[in-house]
Amino acid sequence: MSALGNTPGMVPNPMHSLTPSGNLRRRQLTSRLFVTLTVAAAGLAVAVLLILVYYAAKNGASQLSLSFLTAQLPAPGGIVPGGGMGPALVGTAEVILIATIIALPVGVLTAIYLSEFAGRRIGRVLTTALEQMAGVPTILVGVFIFGLVVAHFGQSAIAAGLALAIVEVPLIARASIESLRRVPGTLREAADALGVARWRTILGVILPTAANGIVTATILAVARAAGETAPVLLTCLPVGQGYQLDPRQPVATVPVEILQLLLSGQTSTVDKAWGAAFLLMGLILLVNIGARVWLRRSERKRGV
Amino acid sequence: MSSLAAPELNRLAPADPGQRSRLDKVDRRANGALKWLALGGGALVFLVLLAIVYQILSGASGAFDKFGFAFIVHKDWVPASAQFGAWTFIYGTLVTGVGSVLLSTILGVSIGLFLSLMAPRRVAAIIGPLVEMLAAIPSVIIGLIGIYLICPFIKTDIEPWVHSAFGWIPIFGAPEPVGNSIFAAILVLTIMVVPIIAALTRDLFLTVPGELRDGAEALGATRWEMIRGVVIPTTQSGIVAASILGFGRAVGEAIAVAQVVGGVPADPIDLFKGGYTGASLIANTFISPVSNLNTSALFYIAAILLVIGITSNLTAQRISRSFGRAR
Amino acid sequence: MSLSSEETPEASGPHLRLPGGPTAGSPAALSPESAASARSSVARETVFTSRGVSVNYGAKRALENVTLEIESNYATAFIGPSGCGKSTFLRCLNRMNDSITGFKIDGDLLYHGHDLYGSGANRVEVRRRIGMVFQKPNPFPKSIYDNVAWAARNLGMKQDLDERVERALRSAALWDEVKDRLKASALGLSGGQQQRLCIARAVAIEPDVVLLDEPASALDPIATAAIEDLITALKSQYTIVIVTHNMQQAMRVADKTAFFSLDESRIGTLIEYETTDKLFSRPGDKRTEAYITGQFG
Repeated sequence: MSALGNTPGMVPNPMHSLTPSGNLRRRQLTSRLFVTLTVAAAGLAVAVLLILVYYAAKNGASQLSLSFLTAQLPAPGGIVPGGGMGPALVGTAEVILIATIIALPVGVLTAIYLSEFAGRRIGRVLTTALEQMAGVPTILVGVFIFGLVVAHFGQSAIAAGLALAIVEVPLIARASIESLRRVPGTLREAADALGVARWRTILGVILPTAANGIVTATILAVARAAGETAPVLLTCLPVGQGYQLDPRQPVATVPVEILQLLLSGQTSTVDKAWGAAFLLMGLILLVNIGARVWLRRSERKRGV
Repeated sequence: MSSLAAPELNRLAPADPGQRSRLDKVDRRANGALKWLALGGGALVFLVLLAIVYQILSGASGAFDKFGFAFIVHKDWVPASAQFGAWTFIYGTLVTGVGSVLLSTILGVSIGLFLSLMAPRRVAAIIGPLVEMLAAIPSVIIGLIGIYLICPFIKTDIEPWVHSAFGWIPIFGAPEPVGNSIFAAILVLTIMVVPIIAALTRDLFLTVPGELRDGAEALGATRWEMIRGVVIPTTQSGIVAASILGFGRAVGEAIAVAQVVGGVPADPIDLFKGGYTGASLIANTFISPVSNLNTSALFYIAAILLVIGITSNLTAQRISRSFGRAR
Repeated sequence: MSLSSEETPEASGPHLRLPGGPTAGSPAALSPESAASARSSVARETVFTSRGVSVNYGAKRALENVTLEIESNYATAFIGPSGCGKSTFLRCLNRMNDSITGFKIDGDLLYHGHDLYGSGANRVEVRRRIGMVFQKPNPFPKSIYDNVAWAARNLGMKQDLDERVERALRSAALWDEVKDRLKASALGLSGGQQQRLCIARAVAIEPDVVLLDEPASALDPIATAAIEDLITALKSQYTIVIVTHNMQQAMRVADKTAFFSLDESRIGTLIEYETTDKLFSRPGDKRTEAYITGQFG
């Protein structure tokens, strides 16, 4: 079976050595240099992230306390000490609620249309429109809502909610389309073969299967909207320092409040800005990590 | 349906013909309703997009009637005396946009290469999401770090060093260091755009077929030669598309830039001097205009930004679509 | 120990000697007749020595105890049913399995006496000397010329590149078909032409060995015949090892043939290794006989 043979085959022949010949050493040095550079680039990005988190924590963590979370906003100008983020936290929640109530159905319906009903041409036009909407700078979304709503009705939480809805819709729609498309074709075929009506299949089978992805997308969109300053800056500038819940009036929001505390320049209020920044960043990062982990775990369970 | 069919089917299509046709009618109506609702969602997206364009253009009409296209090249911006010219802001927007995209493309493509072709899977699974987290940080917080960390650092460390080493190059020549500058804006924008390009190019490089990479390696090529000779040429247009998308993002960023750019309406060659961009001007002054003309002029600038943004996006989309077709 | 120069017909170009590289023979393609006569006067070297080589992918054992020797300027074929390790073993010869997660090799695998997996073996150098053509043609999205010239340029072979490219394309019997459109994209070629292009770019850098992993399985019969003729012509200059599903192909092309199959524990292993004539006419092992008479797939 074997042809174990002449020992010459086992004596290293110097003419066929496997050590680098010709220009290989130089080329491998060059290659190693570039690999190192890419590793350095990745390291730099991670380092920047860690520095950002560290600085926010270092300057802001000490601010976190129950009173910080519930007290009324600090007085403008920052001369009078004290105050917290209470109204801003509530205001952000309110504005996001308004935005998501609008954006979730619009986003999911658009996704359903694109994945279940649309022909190729309309599909392409609509997808382009979604991409464009995602690409509109958020400051311009603020300008748009300003002209449409604020110029006629004044600033309000509703206006900010509308602006943030425009930010959320493309995010929800895009991810929902992916989730819907990932529903195995066999499920749809089985439903069709049983003679089940289209709408029952979509609402009863496809949507629930895609629900995980849609929920994750919504949560991520909400986290994104919570951190948006520009659209809210132009549409919902708070008056006063107390809790204000009327959606037809402007409310305080966390990012705008951070900005205003910052601009005062006084140490005490800048410290509070750091506190709020740490809180906001922490929440957003936790939500992002959590959503990813949850999505991966649920996909693994389903065997995707 | 015969009664021999499974019981579940009988529920869907009962034997009684009258009841069956009633259900069919309900089904048909419901199908239609769902389709129209879904179409309504899509139509709403489309309409809002059109409305954005219309609103901004019509808001700009006042300033456009007064200044015409010359607005784009006029330098003076003095709201108090009704002088409005967008040039310094367009300059700042383009310089910060191009500057940050150049840096971001180099860094982002490197990270994309690392995540897709160099890092072991477990390492990439951790570092990849970390880089994406960078994109999730709100711009106001990046601006905050910009003011209290980046700008002082530029002022005390970076600028003096660059000035002493490269001060003879005009873009680096400021004699007195100022922290808030175009350079600071470029750095801040780079932090925000790198994760976008890194994620896009990482996915891009993963689409290069393994057979091509195997073929290159089987010819005795080093890893860098394979990347330079096969991976990058194959994904060229995708990289360009990603850069253009990054440019669109950079041009639109208002808050973080507003906090670090200096707020000086000037168009300095020197990157370390203070400057201004269109987006940050709007963020700073839109809520407290001096006059209606002021507001209209700001709408005009918004229109310019919108044109830049939409053009970038469409171009990037077209490039990546033709890239997809050619493969 | 290499091809003695008296037997070599005219080289069509300058004889290129690589610094410290393999002493490849004349770059010209030899006709089969002169190749046969040249072959008879060649002193055979052992190119690969395999002793008890086994391969694991993680916990899964893919190949068990392969012991054989491959000699220079022969075409050696690996045949056998699917999944019995012949491609795995082939890819061990130029270390193409290294990037597969969990890959582990046991036993000795020597190249001209040097340990292929030893600390003194540079993987890129290994692939420079031991080239490979894959099952599915994989030309780069570049021009025909650039496909052939690319690796040569990397290696610093910038002089007389045009001649080198022409010689390689002639060796692959592709020159006449593409000489007028060298700048055209390689992706515009037919499947058979693309595969010959892959052979051309492999020989352009004058390796010592060319490994072919089922090179014709994706091609039509006419293209397959062209590839087989090529292999017969190439063996005068290079050591060829070819994996094939097609027994008739092995009979036509190979000097020696190794039959791989699954052993009792369903792990791939070498069953029999003989000159091609003897393996197919008087196989020593029952399993070989069963395979070549078509008793199992």
